[in-house]
Amino acid sequence: MILVLVDHDRGELAELSLQAIAFGRQLAAANGSELHALVVGADGKGVAASLGAYGVGTVHLATHDGLTDYAPAASARAAAELVSRLAARAVVGVGDQRGNEVLAHLGAITGLPVAADCTSVVLGEPTQVERARWAGNLSETALLHAPVALVSVVPHAVRADAPADGSATVEEFTPTLAEGDLAVRVVERVPDAAGGISLAEAKVIVSGGRGVGSAEGFALLEELAGLLGGAIGASRVVTSAGWRPQAEQVGQTGTKVSPDLYIACGISGASQHLAGCHTSKTILVINNDADAPIMAHADYAVIGDLHKILPAVIEATRAAKV
Amino acid sequence: AEHVLMDVLVCIKRVPLSGGRFVLTEDATEIDTRRLGFTVSPHEETAVEVAVRLVEAHGGSSTVLSLGVPESEEQMRDAMAIGIDRGILLETDGAEWDGQATAEAIAAAVRADASGFDLILFGNESADAAGSQVGVRVAHLLGRPALTGLKGLSVEGGRLRGERPATGGREVFEVPLPAVATVKDGVAIPRYPSVPGRIRAKKKPIERSTPTRPASRLEKVSFTLPAETGKRATVLGDGPAAAAAVVDIFRKIGAIQ
Ligand SMILES: Cc1cc2nc3c(=O)[nH]c(=O)nc-3n(C[C@H](O)[C@H](O)[C@H](O)COP(=O)(O)OP(=O)(O)OC[C@H]3O[C@@H](n4cnc5c(N)ncnc54)[C@H](O)[C@@H]3O)c2cc1C
Ligand SMILES: Nc1ncnc2c1ncn2[C@@H]1O[C@H](COP(=O)(O)O)[C@@H](O)[C@H]1O
Repeated sequence: MILVLVDHDRGELAELSLQAIAFGRQLAAANGSELHALVVGADGKGVAASLGAYGVGTVHLATHDGLTDYAPAASARAAAELVSRLAARAVVGVGDQRGNEVLAHLGAITGLPVAADCTSVVLGEPTQVERARWAGNLSETALLHAPVALVSVVPHAVRADAPADGSATVEEFTPTLAEGDLAVRVVERVPDAAGGISLAEAKVIVSGGRGVGSAEGFALLEELAGLLGGAIGASRVVTSAGWRPQAEQVGQTGTKVSPDLYIACGISGASQHLAGCHTSKTILVINNDADAPIMAHADYAVIGDLHKILPAVIEATRAAKV
Repeated sequence: AEHVLMDVLVCIKRVPLSGGRFVLTEDATEIDTRRLGFTVSPHEETAVEVAVRLVEAHGGSSTVLSLGVPESEEQMRDAMAIGIDRGILLETDGAEWDGQATAEAIAAAVRADASGFDLILFGNESADAAGSQVGVRVAHLLGRPALTGLKGLSVEGGRLRGERPATGGREVFEVPLPAVATVKDGVAIPRYPSVPGRIRAKKKPIERSTPTRPASRLEKVSFTLPAETGKRATVLGDGPAAAAAVVDIFRKIGAIQ
């Protein structure tokens, strides 16, 4: 049996979980195994019922009086119970914050190693995985020496399947929690202030690096972003200098974005920055160095001083819009 | 701020620094580091800054720990230069330790230390291995709660409160100390070391030991570089004169109608 950890937010299925299911489904097919899923919390009932459409045969719905919101150690405890009761061969989660967190707890509880951010898994003794390292700048072939393979799938490595006819058996159970399993759980939620375009969802991002030179320098980028209905992004040099808030940082340790258009102004294109934006549909560079590394990842470029180029682009864009 | 003394431990990992394409050793099992400098993940730089600020606010002591080659001392001195008091260096021969082995060595060092550590800070994920494993595993080994991926945190009345982004906003967690926290870049902007800070750092104590490496259960076989993109940007022009060509592109891809 292959067990997929399915995440939801108060009853709303997390999109990336469908990718983990698609990955788990291929793994199950390759090994002649059944595909099961774990959904945690009574408010996940609707989600559990919907998973048959993606090829899941049995959904285990873990409910417990104390499980009223996301609690990573408790989710892992429920998964550990299924792993031993149903002799799972692999547990697949999403390689995002929550997925890797629950898998780390599961690894700690069961004493098993975890391979995070996998792009391929071949079960065996040992299991062989390919996984992203250095935020995808290197791929690693590794061996997982464990009777049960605990893996997370790097986001967007596989596509979610389209829903089809099919229904899953939903089996509700109450996991036996250990002391402390509920110590960490969401105690409060702070909604985002309304308005503004979120970086992760923006269709256009006007991003600035060291070449912008100052906090004030970003006024030009804001003006262009305003005209294009876009958001502002920044390199780590910029957020470290305090020119822009860290929430705008794009890259390995910032936000990973994939807009239709990414305009990189005064950004050299370090691998750690590219790790967050290389999947953009179109990348336009404005840089005074025609040999900047980012040129090898971009579609278009204008060479020169951004402080002179941006005002002309803003003017031409404004003229084109009327 | 209130004055309850806090002993904080922060764990960092020395990694090669390259902004460009990595070069691999001939057998493709390692990164060729002969021409590279070294650093720690920005998440860990942030964790160091958080440790220093907590001790500034509450009093107490700060300690930096690293499991790695003896040269990891360099990264520990960087942390000391911005205010960390002392170091624990678990020396290795450079072979990779997997998440569980690293966590066991760190937990053993914590148990052996007189300080007890009210709070143990980690990066959310290491720059190279990025397993997001070590912090949570140390927490289990020590029987402490772990808050992970924090973009904000505070300590008050013996409790740790932390928050991180979630669908449509932020989610908040709260646990009593002692606890473990893994933090992300941006929680606090790391300060630059001063010259006196650098000089003081040289004299701060580092305790060294050499733990034995258990067999790796996540065992690296080899690295592969991603395929070259072979891509090269089309240059639309030089300077402001290229503005019209830029607008043509905006139109072509539908960024303006
Ligand atoms: C583990 C790790 C994680 C990291 N995570 C991130 C991350 O998430 N995001 C991130 O961005 N970085 C990250 N970094 C840092 C990264 O390595 C680079 O240091 C950083 O991205 C460089 O930022 P930059 O391009 O703005 O600056 P620089 O590399 O200094 O580039 C500035 C560019 O601006 C150009 N320029 C200068 N003046 C002008 C002008 N007047 N007009 C036009 N162009 C001009 C220059 O030609 C140059 O190309 C990380 C580093 C490490 C080690
Ligand atoms: N060798 C090490 N020495 C000290 N701390 C480490 C080491 N490896 C990992 N860590 C810490 O654990 C965090 C998570 O690492 P990882 O599980 O590899 O993603 C890192 O950000 C560090 O804070």
